[in-house]
Amino acid sequence: MNEYNGEIRKMMIILSKATLENVYAAFVLANGARMEGIEAEMFFTFFGLEAIHKEKLEHLHIATVGNPAMHMPTLLGGLPGVEALATHMMKKEMERIDMPDVHEFLEILTASGVKLWACKLAMDMFHYKKEDLYEGVDDVITVGDFYKQGSGVGTHMLFI
Amino acid sequence: MDRNIAGVTIQVNEEGYLTSFQQWNQEVGTALAQEANINMSPRHWEVINYLQTEFKNDVPLSIRKIGKSGVVDIKEFYQLFPIAPLKTASKIAGIPKPASCI
Repeated sequence: MNEYNGEIRKMMIILSKATLENVYAAFVLANGARMEGIEAEMFFTFFGLEAIHKEKLEHLHIATVGNPAMHMPTLLGGLPGVEALATHMMKKEMERIDMPDVHEFLEILTASGVKLWACKLAMDMFHYKKEDLYEGVDDVITVGDFYKQGSGVGTHMLFI
Repeated sequence: MDRNIAGVTIQVNEEGYLTSFQQWNQEVGTALAQEANINMSPRHWEVINYLQTEFKNDVPLSIRKIGKSGVVDIKEFYQLFPIAPLKTASKIAGIPKPASCI
């Protein structure tokens, strides 16, 4: 702690979910770290893998069921098309505030020097291959490898 | 607060950003860059000129906009100004600290 006065030097962000709001939160935090001169690495595990899966990353949705902040009755949120409509509206709002789509955001992250790691265990579980993933993904690694990446003073880990 | 840099007196805020762009000149920019351990090259100046033009046109800056500027891509932007590029480049350019999260 004393070495850097408690300053954050590196953010290790673990993304385990593929709902749009969680993916964006993780991306904004990683990009925001780089913008402040802080290193950032991301570990995509379980459903978080969809955010770097070539065929799935363009089709992520926000959760309309089980999300009290949507202020939508659970029954309504579960009706066909409601999730798609809510997602469409959210994407429009995001474009308005200059938020890139998922693919463009991944390009911004890799160009900014954010390392992207896919979780080996989750890859095996979903039967994904490295070729299925966005080309900017650095590698498929174990949780132990990820911890090793995060060694050093001033590293913080975040689970989303 | 006042500070002397490159033989002139400029006003900066508590984070070191110029409070008035009128006080900026290239020598001031070069000196501010040296404080950030950056040796300015013609390429650096092209980017700084772009940021200043956007500032004069009241366009808020973001990393995404830099990437779409056609002046520099994000990767090179980080190579030119490796630590906190948008903030560092804005400080050198004599314009306010960018308020964007993206």
